[in-house]
Amino acid sequence: MKPTSPQISKHEVLDRYFLEHRAKLIDIAAFLDRLDRAEGAEDFRAAAFRDALAKLAGANRAREILTVLSDPSTEPIDQATTQGASGAHDLGDS
Amino acid sequence: MRYIDPHIHMVSRTTDDYERMSLAGCVAITEPAFWAGYDRSSPEGFRDYFRQLTDTEPKRAAKYGINHHAWICINPKEAEDPGFARDVLKLVPEFLDKPNVLGVGEIGLNKNTRNELAILEEQIAIAAAHETLILVHTPHLEDKLKGTRLIMDAVKANANINPGRVLIDHVEEHTVGEVLERGFWAGMTLYPETKCTPQRAADIIECFGSERLWVNSAGDWGPSDPLAVPKFQREMLGRGHNAGLIAKVTFDNPCAFLSMSGRFDAGDD
Repeated sequence: MKPTSPQISKHEVLDRYFLEHRAKLIDIAAFLDRLDRAEGAEDFRAAAFRDALAKLAGANRAREILTVLSDPSTEPIDQATTQGASGAHDLGDS
Repeated sequence: MRYIDPHIHMVSRTTDDYERMSLAGCVAITEPAFWAGYDRSSPEGFRDYFRQLTDTEPKRAAKYGINHHAWICINPKEAEDPGFARDVLKLVPEFLDKPNVLGVGEIGLNKNTRNELAILEEQIAIAAAHETLILVHTPHLEDKLKGTRLIMDAVKANANINPGRVLIDHVEEHTVGEVLERGFWAGMTLYPETKCTPQRAADIIECFGSERLWVNSAGDWGPSDPLAVPKFQREMLGRGHNAGLIAKVTFDNPCAFLSMSGRFDAGDD
């Protein structure tokens, strides 16, 4: 089956999703304001977040943001130092 | 609308969840072996877990009219110690013969280490030797893109494995295209915070089509929703998609892939 567009209009997309994503947009703004007010130094996650935000201006935004937050290396690492993931790649580890 | 949840960890869920899933239209599930939120203290701990997957859960599900199936393996989070992992792998063939077991899974990578990769390759070889299907876990968050590519390379390196009998799970917008282009099946996991939301899964169907794609809840002990699949169905309906397309992604596609095991029962006779 071939890709298919939403069966609803742009106006209907806005009706269904605008308020939900308006709230998420303000959450992001408040998060960045909170980060500005906090004491101490930022780490790699803050820089990655700002790099990802810049992708909102382009196309294929979800794919591009996921990619900019990903480890760009290609070889397996020698040993795991943690079992978890932080959500952004530390370029200092590359 | 009936549906199959092809990836859910019912050992972490209550009986009430079975009842709610049944009321929402769930007729069959498959449950991969996974990390329990802590590392087991001995390989024998896995024997009890595999018994739970192949004996206890099928009975619990049957009370609500849901056909339960399982996948057996050592998960990638506990594969960093190769000696420990190989002791667990000695248990796997015995359980692959159980009547509700569809194959080896969910194998894959977690932090993309050399040890994880070695154990992954050994489990791919076990699947090839037993001619079973494979269900693949791809890493979380920043490790997913690299890990997905390493996993696909490892599967392709085994000449005895047909990618059309392998499902790569937890795909997102940056991995789904490559997975499908390389001939694998792809699963979208519907999570409230990580992986895909029902809305993004519907976006992916709209952008990539519905061939070799399914959705699952991967409900477990963390933030997750055992009713995520019917919520995806509702999202698709709300966008005006027809019932045939929704049934294809939430019933027909999982049925087609899982039936290649020769053991899957969707309960639709």
